Amino acid sequence: MQAEKNERMTGARIVIETLIEQGVTDVFGYPGGQVLNIYDELYLARDRINHVLTAHEQGASHAADGYSRVTGKVGVVIATSGPGATNLVTGIATAMLDSIPMVAITGNVPTGLIGRDSFQEVNITGITMPITKHNYFVSDVRELADTIREAFTIAKSGRPGPVLIDIPKDVQTAVTEFVPGGVSPFYEEAVVSEDDIERAAELINASERPYIYVGGGAAGHGMGEAIAKLAEKTDAYIGCTLMGLSALPDSCGRFLGMQGMHGHYASSMANGEADLIIALGVRFSDRATGNTAKYAKGAKIIQIDADQAEINKNVRVDVGLIGNIVDAFEKISQRCRAASHPEWRRTVEEFRAEERRTADAAEAASGDALTPRKIFDIINEMKDGDTVIATDVGQHQMWAAQYVSFERTRRFVSSGGLGTMGYGLGAAIGAAVASGDRTVLITGDGSFGMNCNELATAVSYNIPVVIVVMNNGVLGMVRQWQTLFYGKRYSNTVLGRKTDFVKLAEAFGAEGRRAETADEFRAAFAEGMAHGGPFLIDTYIDKDEFVLPMLPPGGSVDEMITSKEGLI
Amino acid sequence: MRAVIAVYVENKYGVLARVAGLFMRRGFNIDSLTVGETDDPAYSRMTIVINGDENVREQVMHQLMKLHNVKKVKLLEEGRAVERELLLVKVKNTPENRAEIMAAAEIYRAKIIDYTTASMCVEVTGEPSKIRAFIDVMRPLGIVEICRTGVVSLGRGTSIMDRSDI
Ligand SMILES: Cc1ncc(C[n+]2csc(CCOP(=O)(O)OP(=O)(O)O)c2C)c(N)n1
Ligand SMILES: [Mg+2]
Repeated sequence: MQAEKNERMTGARIVIETLIEQGVTDVFGYPGGQVLNIYDELYLARDRINHVLTAHEQGASHAADGYSRVTGKVGVVIATSGPGATNLVTGIATAMLDSIPMVAITGNVPTGLIGRDSFQEVNITGITMPITKHNYFVSDVRELADTIREAFTIAKSGRPGPVLIDIPKDVQTAVTEFVPGGVSPFYEEAVVSEDDIERAAELINASERPYIYVGGGAAGHGMGEAIAKLAEKTDAYIGCTLMGLSALPDSCGRFLGMQGMHGHYASSMANGEADLIIALGVRFSDRATGNTAKYAKGAKIIQIDADQAEINKNVRVDVGLIGNIVDAFEKISQRCRAASHPEWRRTVEEFRAEERRTADAAEAASGDALTPRKIFDIINEMKDGDTVIATDVGQHQMWAAQYVSFERTRRFVSSGGLGTMGYGLGAAIGAAVASGDRTVLITGDGSFGMNCNELATAVSYNIPVVIVVMNNGVLGMVRQWQTLFYGKRYSNTVLGRKTDFVKLAEAFGAEGRRAETADEFRAAFAEGMAHGGPFLIDTYIDKDEFVLPMLPPGGSVDEMITSKEGLI
Repeated sequence: MRAVIAVYVENKYGVLARVAGLFMRRGFNIDSLTVGETDDPAYSRMTIVINGDENVREQVMHQLMKLHNVKKVKLLEEGRAVERELLLVKVKNTPENRAEIMAAAEIYRAKIIDYTTASMCVEVTGEPSKIRAFIDVMRPLGIVEICRTGVVSLGRGTSIMDRSDI
C-alpha cells in the first residue's frame, strides 16, 4: 500500500518507503533478529519492491554491486546485526575500491544495548569507516528518512561509492510522521576551469603521440563514441584500465585494449611510448603503472576526474581537471585541431602486428589443446553485444579482460581494485536480476569454491547465468608468480581437490556439463546460452598456462614478459 | 616540512574518528590535533599539524575534503597565521629550585596555577618554539608531569575561515 501524505509510521516502514521513493525496485539481503521489522515491511510491500534472498550476506553485497555496475543505479543490500553486518565487509570494500554506488542497510541491537557487547552486536560503522564513502548510525527515527536520502546522494554523486546505514532495532519500531519526498539529487559538481580546458587542448594540439586512457570513472558514461571521435580527429590511440573495459567497442579501430600488468602488448607499449596521456577517470593504480618512477617517462599527462584527490596522488600530472568528465572531455574535444601523425600510427601498428604474431605463435604451439584463447573465441562467437560478462579473480579474469570483445558499455563486471575471489557468482546474479537477461560468469576453480553456495540463489530464482569454470586444478594466478618469482615452489596453490563441479551444480538443482575439448565446450556453451536457468560448464585447461604479457610487479614496459619460453 | 591545517567539521558523533582514521590509513603523520566547538555549536574546528612535503600536504587536504563531515579545509601558511599552544607543567618544588622556577615563569610570562610544598604547576601559552624552550628550562629542575594542548591557529587579518557558504 502506498504511503499516505504525512502518515505516521514505524522506522522499518520508513526504510522501505524511502527506498521506493529513491526508485529502488530490487534489493538483496538476508534476514535476522535485528532486521525482522524491516523484513516484515518488505513482506507487506512485496508487490512494490523485490527482495532477492541470497545464500550468504557476502553474496548479497556482490549482487547489489553487480546490479549497480550493469544499471548505474545505486545497489541496495540489507543485513542483520553482528555476523550479518560483518559478512558485508568484503562486498562493501569491493564496491569502495571500484567506486560502485551502493547503500548497505544493517540492523543493530536496540540503542539501550549498544556498547555492552550484546548478542550479535558489532560496531559496524566503526568497522566500515575506512571502506565506505560515509556511514551513519541512526539514533532518532525522525532523522531516518533524510539520512537514507542523503546516503543515496552521497553514494551516487561525484566519485560514487558505498554508504552504510546502521539502524538499531528500537529506531525501526519507533513511530514518526513520514513526509514523502522525491529521488535525492546529485551533489553539484565542480566547474572545470576554462583555463585548464585551454591548457589541455593545447597539449593535445602539440602532441605527436597521443594516447587516450579510459578508466572506470569514464566507462559508465557512454562516452565511447565521443572518445573514438577525438581519437580519429587527433590521430590518437585508445587504451583502458581493467575498470575501463567495455567503455569502447572492440570494433573501434583506435582501441588497443587494456594496458598494464596484464594488458595487451600494443596498448602497454603505446602507453609507454606516448608523448601525451589523456587520462579519463583512472587512478594510475600500481597494477596499471608498474614502477611510477619509470611510468610514461616521456609523456605529459592530462587527467580528468571527479575526485580532486586523484590528481597527483600516484603520478604527477601536467593538467588536472576536476568535474564532470563528459562535459570536460566534450569541451576539450571542441578545441582540438584535426591532426595526422603517420609516424605514431606506424609505431603502434607495428606493436599491434607484433602482438598478433606472438599470440598466433603461442596458439599454434598449443595444437588441439583447449586453451583460454579458444574458450574465449567460442564465447565471443556465441554471445551478443548485450551479454554481460562477469568474472572472478585470477588468471581467468585476466584472460577474460584480454580476450572478450565488447560492444556496449556496462557489460563487464569484475572486481578490479580489491581483486575479490568469490565475487563473481553473486555479482553475476545481481547483473542478471538487473538486466533480466543472461549473464556469463567466467570463474576459476579456486574462486568458485569460495562462494559457490550462491548456486542455491540462482536456482531458487531461476536466474540465467552460464558459469564457465576454467578448471586448471590450481590457484593459477598465484602459481604463475611462484613459477616466475619463487623458484617454482608451489606452496599451497595446487588444489588437487576432488570436487565434481557438474555434480555440485546438479546437487544445487542446476544443470552441469563437462568440456575437455573445444568441440565439447562449444556444444556445452551453446546449450547453456539457450538454457533458461543456471548452467555450469566445467572446462579443463592446463595448469601451466600463463597470463601474458606480464609486467613484473614494480617493473616497467621494458621488462615485459611476452613469452613462456624458458620459464616453465 | 611542517604544515598547519585548519579543518571545519560538523560537530557530530564519530567525526574525530573519521579524521584520525583517514590519517592512519593513508599513512600521514599527525604531529598534533586539536579540536573544539566554534561559535556555532553545529561545527567544530580542528587544527592539525602534519609533517610532509608538498605532495603529502596536497593529498592530506584533498583526502580530508572527501570526508562527508568535513566542510572546509585550509592551509595556514607560516607567517600568515598566528599559532598558540598551552602547556601545563608540574615541576618539583624544592628550596633549591623554587626561585629559578619563579624567575623563568616571570620571563616567559607563565603563571603558577598550583602550589604545594612538593610541586608547582606552571601554565605557559605561546608558539610551539616558546613552549619547547620553556620545557628545556624546566627539565633540569625536575619535571614531574607534563601536558600540552597542541597548536591552535588562526589566519592573520582577512584570512578567514568561518561557516559562511558551507
Ligand atoms: C579473497 C581472496 N583471497 C586470495 C586472493 C589471492 N589470489 C589472487 S588470484 C588467486 C588464485 C585464483 O585461483 P582461481 O580462482 O582458480 O583462478 P585461476 O588463477 O586459476 O584462473 C588467489 C588465491 C584473492 N585475490 N582474493
Ligand atoms: Mg584455478
